[in-house]
Amino acid sequence: MKFAVVVFPGSNCDHDAYHAVSKNLGEKAHFLWHKDTSIPDGIDCVILPGGFSYGDYLRCGAIARFSPLMKEVVNFASKGGYVIGICNGFQILTESGLLPGALLRNQNLSFICKDTFLKTINTKSVFTSNLEIEKILRIPIAHGEGNFFAEDDVIKKLEDDDRIAFKYCNEVGEIVESSNPNGSVKNIAGILNANGNVLGMMPHPERYSDSILGCNDGLGIFESILNNLK
Amino acid sequence: MNKYNGSVKITLRKGILDVQGKTVEHALNSIELYMISNVRIGKYVELTVEADTPEIAHSIVTEACKKLIANPIIEDFEIIII
Repeated sequence: MKFAVVVFPGSNCDHDAYHAVSKNLGEKAHFLWHKDTSIPDGIDCVILPGGFSYGDYLRCGAIARFSPLMKEVVNFASKGGYVIGICNGFQILTESGLLPGALLRNQNLSFICKDTFLKTINTKSVFTSNLEIEKILRIPIAHGEGNFFAEDDVIKKLEDDDRIAFKYCNEVGEIVESSNPNGSVKNIAGILNANGNVLGMMPHPERYSDSILGCNDGLGIFESILNNLK
Repeated sequence: MNKYNGSVKITLRKGILDVQGKTVEHALNSIELYMISNVRIGKYVELTVEADTPEIAHSIVTEACKKLIANPIIEDFEIIII
């Protein structure tokens, strides 16, 4: 399986993502520059990594969505290719219209960098099917604008269509207000597109994919993608 | 072709909690400016646009706002063309 990690000016989790899929998962990975105009044949999954593309100017992800390669990423996704946007990558996906909603400033106005606990809501998606159903994931967040917002009807549709991938929960899996780090509607931490081949999430699974770091709960997401392609 | 100066005021849509505005409002109240409320914080963009008429300039900036300058899911914008 081949992963492509897109590098925007200001990406800073690109190498972490590359490490996770190439070293921890053991698959092939390539970097793609945001000015590239095509996605090479044979790429199965595109990763939009975390960071501060274009310095987060105007709005997070607003400029990056107009990068030449993003047009190709939209085409790739429309043909069923797997796309995962992590943190800034999630923001780029909402700005580009591949995922609904938007990411607002964290409710407490602070940049938050800490571990969070996640409950997998849709356990059958291509990104989550390899995760143990009841396992609570420990995955870190690092963002200032991760407060997921969408209109009520959009949230209802996400729920009805089983498109909420992850919610913030506490250590024992309860989805409560105190476990919501940033004010996201209904504790939402990650969502899927209608076809289930695009995932956006604010927590960083690539940062917890190597057991040498004390936790590799994030690896299961990449293993799920791999298993679904086999 | 004429040159027009334009300005765009962008604020979070009504109904979306503006935590920055609320925080500033609380701070103002704490310095006894109790008469101030409904504080909302946004962005301000100045630009120059070439167009035949102010109406066309306005429509160009509207397109710019819808496509990039504002995110209609979360933001309202107001355009002034001079």
